Amino acid sequence: MEYKVIVGLEIHVQLCTRTKMFCGCAVEFGQEPNSRVCPVCLGMPGVLPVMNKQAFEYAVLVGLALNCEIPGFTKWDRKSYYYPDLPKNYQISQYDLPLSRNGFIEIPLKSGRSKRIRIIRAHLEEDAGKNLHSAGNYSQVDLNRTGTPLLEIVTEPDLNNGVEARALGVELQRIVRFLGVSEGDMQKGQMRFEPNINLVISRDGREYRTPIVEIKNLNSFRALERSIDYEEQRQLAEFLESGKVIEMGNKTTRGWDDQREVTVLQREKEEAHDYRYFPEPDLVPVELDKRWLEEIRSGLCELPITRQMRYVNEYKLSDYDAGVLTSERAISDFFDEAVKAGGDPKRVCNLLTQEGLRIAKERGSSIAELGIKAENVAKLAGLVESGTVSASASAPIFMQMVETNKDTWSIVNELNLIQKSDAGELEAIVEQALADNPDAVKDVTSGGKKSKKARGFLLGQVMQKTKGQANPKVVSEILTKKLG
Amino acid sequence: MEEFSARQLRERIAAGEVNSVEAVKGVFKRIDELEPTIGAYISTCRERAMERAAEVDGRIAAGEQVGELAGVPVAVKDNMCTTFGATTCASKILENFHAPYNATVVEKLLAADAVIVGKTNMDEFAMGSSTENSGLKQTVNPWDTSRVPGGSSGGSAAAVAGRLCYAAIGSDTGGSIRQPASFCGVVGLKPTYGRVSRFGLVAYGSSLDQIGPITRTVGDAALMMNVIAGHDPADSTSVDEETAGLCDYLAKLDEPIEKLKIAIVPEFNAGAAEAVTKALAEAIEVYKNLGAEIVEIDMAHLDYAIAAYYVIATAEASSNLARYDGVHYGHRSEKAADYVEVYTKSRAEAFGKEVKRRIMLGTYALSSGYYDAYYLKALKVRNLIRGDFAEAFEQCDCIMMPVSPTAAFKIGEKVDDPLTMYLCDIYTIAVNLAGIPGISIPCGFDGESLPIGLQILGSAFDEDRLLRIARMFEAQTNWNEKKPPIVE
Amino acid sequence: MAERIDEEQVRKVARLSRLELTEGEVEEFTGQLSAILEYVEKMNELETDRVEPLAHCLPISNVLREDVVKESLGTEKTLANAPQRDEDFFKVPKILDDSFGA
Ligand SMILES: [Mg+2]
Ligand SMILES: [Zn+2]
Repeated sequence: MEYKVIVGLEIHVQLCTRTKMFCGCAVEFGQEPNSRVCPVCLGMPGVLPVMNKQAFEYAVLVGLALNCEIPGFTKWDRKSYYYPDLPKNYQISQYDLPLSRNGFIEIPLKSGRSKRIRIIRAHLEEDAGKNLHSAGNYSQVDLNRTGTPLLEIVTEPDLNNGVEARALGVELQRIVRFLGVSEGDMQKGQMRFEPNINLVISRDGREYRTPIVEIKNLNSFRALERSIDYEEQRQLAEFLESGKVIEMGNKTTRGWDDQREVTVLQREKEEAHDYRYFPEPDLVPVELDKRWLEEIRSGLCELPITRQMRYVNEYKLSDYDAGVLTSERAISDFFDEAVKAGGDPKRVCNLLTQEGLRIAKERGSSIAELGIKAENVAKLAGLVESGTVSASASAPIFMQMVETNKDTWSIVNELNLIQKSDAGELEAIVEQALADNPDAVKDVTSGGKKSKKARGFLLGQVMQKTKGQANPKVVSEILTKKLG
Repeated sequence: MEEFSARQLRERIAAGEVNSVEAVKGVFKRIDELEPTIGAYISTCRERAMERAAEVDGRIAAGEQVGELAGVPVAVKDNMCTTFGATTCASKILENFHAPYNATVVEKLLAADAVIVGKTNMDEFAMGSSTENSGLKQTVNPWDTSRVPGGSSGGSAAAVAGRLCYAAIGSDTGGSIRQPASFCGVVGLKPTYGRVSRFGLVAYGSSLDQIGPITRTVGDAALMMNVIAGHDPADSTSVDEETAGLCDYLAKLDEPIEKLKIAIVPEFNAGAAEAVTKALAEAIEVYKNLGAEIVEIDMAHLDYAIAAYYVIATAEASSNLARYDGVHYGHRSEKAADYVEVYTKSRAEAFGKEVKRRIMLGTYALSSGYYDAYYLKALKVRNLIRGDFAEAFEQCDCIMMPVSPTAAFKIGEKVDDPLTMYLCDIYTIAVNLAGIPGISIPCGFDGESLPIGLQILGSAFDEDRLLRIARMFEAQTNWNEKKPPIVE
Repeated sequence: MAERIDEEQVRKVARLSRLELTEGEVEEFTGQLSAILEYVEKMNELETDRVEPLAHCLPISNVLREDVVKESLGTEKTLANAPQRDEDFFKVPKILDDSFGA
């Protein structure tokens, strides 16, 4: 018996517009309940929606990044279902004419390969509010989130395991962040996943398909991966026990229990889900002409995975380092700029991934917000490269760049960190160190097991005397010359 | 003063010859006297009206500029949101609903210094043709109190006819301005879809609903249009002026249309009662005498308008009315045991029969398996009907037809037979499907002294010409000067 | 006459519409809706295979709003019409099957 896991994903991404999809209420997380609500998003009698242009352009931009066809004509539809967090009891969404369709996304796999996952469609819609159940014997409804612009992305079932699904989630997060259209913050529910999972099983020359399970509302990469892995095992066991296969209407909905790490049955049958889609009469269609489309396209940038591949192939960075540099657009842009300013890619990478990220993290900001100039980082990389400053001296220099934003060269001078490489000058200091530490000299020359340690000690003495400015390579050469 | 048109009243108030406070007092005197019989209003706001009238009078006395409706007492149908008083839609589900905002139309009336005296009765959620479907009260026809005022803007039409205001605002989804205007012997204009902002109009059939004036004269309709028409950024379906044009509807009102070409649809019109076809024929004669040319046309798909309408309007309504669920505002059942029952019981308790019927019909038409046969089919028929009108307007300036097959019918006569009631909308409904403007003006009486209306239809965004054509007739006749016996 | 809609369908539509109907209403609506649907089917006399559906008569498209914040209502006004509230929330009976998504 063999089997294959088949997974398709539905992903909701919250777009980072200032205001909601159809009204002027601010989109802000964590505000007082029901404080970011107006008659429009409250669905009061008589109100009408007016579309947010920015949300539309963001959505098209993602469509372009996902290699989708962008039709010149798109319209709105109503999707009906009753729920307390949906004040109109219909959601304004897109049904038969979404703003983008037929695209694909490349997801990175281990060992530097990538896989192409087809995108069926990406469309815009409004988010619902939030029902809270912690109060006791009743539920509470907060409508602050109601009407927030959401991009719904639907993939073909091209994924074959939890790891791939996770990779897609991470890649999509990176893309929307690169494009600046979403913060993609999972903790704030800005990305939510709904995988559809089933198995194709071959046994005795016959093929069986297990019933499709949809897992609702996953909001972490971990839950996405784990829930698919769990379903794989559960469906396999269920098939072996019951032999149940896919039929019309036996799709079930399950939820993910984060504590126990299991999926839990929510709805046995796809209960009469009749959304009664029809064209939204309160909104007019959007016609996207060439000029507008090109204007939106100009917001497109080289995508993270393309950059990552470029860093690995052209700059010979490790896959890990390339991944870190492309985790955020700002870091990647900064890196590219520093390289363009003449910095050696590997050295710039080390400066950024070690010093830059550490300081940024301490300050709770991003590298771009540290206020340093890419050309200064390039200069610093050059100074390390040429041996003018030591690798260890780059840390205080970097810190000083953040603090004063002065030119690299003046910082190096002020801190007096120019590495001493002049053999004549260093030779005198080495001789002094040897004279001061006859025991260590003996240990080295005796060639015993203490030799290596004693040699290191002497090197350290020289470095101390020069306040770290001696070029260790040169010192080491002098030591060898003197002690053999 | 009571017999002044709104336009005359505005001129005299602005000139300081009469004042708004007197006019408002006069209206409330009539309300005290006749409202218990007519029942046109769901709520009135006497104190507020008096205050506003005094304020407008004060500004005039101080020599300040005042708006186009300065000091004129007007009424607003109760499906338009106001921050003052309740906005009920004549439904128990919104009986205690207080809107936190004003409809754009209300804002415009206030900006024009009109004095709003009250909110008028209607069929619940504008679903009906007789105002008998009001969940809150019964309005009667001022011409014969045993008869309906028409609907759904029955309260507005009855208030204008009964001198309970000088002009009113109604809404028209399938004839709801024109038909009550004809039943009550007043003027009613349904503008082109997109001409007047719907923001704040409680939706019934969103792609069909349009706000318009109900007045005693064509001039008053033009005046009201000057105030309420125009683009509104809050309504995505309100058409910008670059596309739709916008003009001063009063400026050329008295200039007749040269070489007027009128189309009639004889076969279609023949379905009306004899008194109605006779009044129509006489009206056409008036135009002929003014030099108009009459062309007979055939509109192949008009017969299907009611069928398409009752699918489209109810489909949209089923969705528009989903929000009345007892969660965020409006009536909530006290018997609900769980959250689903909050929906099912609140709606069952507070919606009237007709509303339920239309929600059911619309839900069915949109539901899986029936969408294509009903909803999609209706949209296609709608396109054919629009095509008929487009073709017709290539041959004529306007089309004339009855407003309703009969004059006002008796209260209770048709309530138990919804289909028969629907079929009475035969002459008004196609106009909403095509989105074009239509006006109803008084053109005679039947054997029982009940008013009959003449309907004139124009092409999209051509309200200006429509009003001038209506005015040509009004200037030649005096039907609009007749008063219901109750106000004599 | 073949009924266009039967009582079972009427009950189903009532569930979709979130309307509790009495048995009497189910019966009444079945008859009335059948009559209306039968009338509506008059549309089938028209050949519409090559006719585009018309959802809207408007000559316009691309009505868009700039992404500029407007003042919200404020919590008190938002909740002013609420049949029941709990602190700053709308209050409803316990929702047990919280599985709907956007
Ligand atoms: Mg969705
Ligand atoms: Zn809002």
